[in-house]
Amino acid sequence: MNNEQAKIISELSGTNAKQCMKCGKCSGRCPMFDSMDIKPHQFVSLIAKGQTDKLLESKSIWYCLSCMACVERCPRGVAPAAVIEAVRESVIRVQGQNQLKAEEVPQFVDPEFPQQILVSAFRKYNR
Amino acid sequence: MKFSYYPGCTLKTQGKDLDIYARKSAEALGIDMEEIENWQCCGAVYPQAKDEIARKLSAVRALDSAKKQDGKLLTLCSACYNVIKRVNNDMKNDENINLKANNYLKATGYLAEGDEYNGETEVIHYLEMLRDTVGWANLKAKVVNPLKGVKIGAYYGCLLLRPSSVLQFDNPENPTILEDFIKAIGATPVVYAMRNECCGAYVSLKDKEVVKKTANRIVNNAKANGADMLITACPACWYNLNHNSDGSLPVKYLTELLAQALGLI
Repeated sequence: MNNEQAKIISELSGTNAKQCMKCGKCSGRCPMFDSMDIKPHQFVSLIAKGQTDKLLESKSIWYCLSCMACVERCPRGVAPAAVIEAVRESVIRVQGQNQLKAEEVPQFVDPEFPQQILVSAFRKYNR
Repeated sequence: MKFSYYPGCTLKTQGKDLDIYARKSAEALGIDMEEIENWQCCGAVYPQAKDEIARKLSAVRALDSAKKQDGKLLTLCSACYNVIKRVNNDMKNDENINLKANNYLKATGYLAEGDEYNGETEVIHYLEMLRDTVGWANLKAKVVNPLKGVKIGAYYGCLLLRPSSVLQFDNPENPTILEDFIKAIGATPVVYAMRNECCGAYVSLKDKEVVKKTANRIVNNAKANGADMLITACPACWYNLNHNSDGSLPVKYLTELLAQALGLI
């Protein structure tokens, strides 16, 4: 349990996880559900309990699309996507934690890639 | 009528068709799209972290530039629309972001002393311009090559619709603006459940297999409902649905079909 870290993540997210009533609609709607080891509703639940260790190691943070489907459907005004983004930021803001090195990019790039995908990937994986 | 126009990075490169046909069609419809000077890439994704300022500044500069022209900023790429409109909302409603962004723009000499940007500009998507300025009936009257019998699935994706509290673009669960557009150009809209589902976006850079699943799910759902093609306003969706699906359904930019219906191609 790391309450200080949970407080920082919670502030970065700007959402109140304690409002969650555990209906699970966020995870039910998530298009990346199958690729997530920790699901959107669990991000909300773990941050409300101050348990950040599992979240900071989760690979879900590299799959959340920020498509806002979870935010749109939450009946309690909680933003699971903002919690996931706050966890991801907490990881990549640590020196040496960038997930996409410029020199790795050519192996992934298709000549038809729109710049939008390259720019957003750099924004999501790197500081 | 004149609009300040923000094309964005992709519309100058891989997504040129989206831009070229938009300009041609606007000209034919009596709309003057004037590209703002020295615009910078919007960043493609809205930074959600509450302490984020620097990554929002290019959007603020574009918004301030439009404020000094006619107060309206026309966008076309779904990502630019999403990012710029959400940043505009921050400048209107988030005191902390507003103060720091203004201070930064003053310190760097972008804004003169005493000048500030407080969210005054109205961000308009090309589709909203077609609906509210041109009008569907007027557009229909200008169509010389109606796309009769073509069954088109509108693909909204995520960026145009969500979060609806900020974007207020259309009903986030049951949108109609693209279907109205499809009817105006003489084609038949096909409504299918996955039209507002995310295509997989940037994940296709590092994990194509995952995006193949999301893209195929959307394409298969549209096909099962009888669509002959899909239309989109988003270059990432265009790419993922064309290149990460089985390729069985053509995916086009909405402006290409508009130009075709107006007899410009």
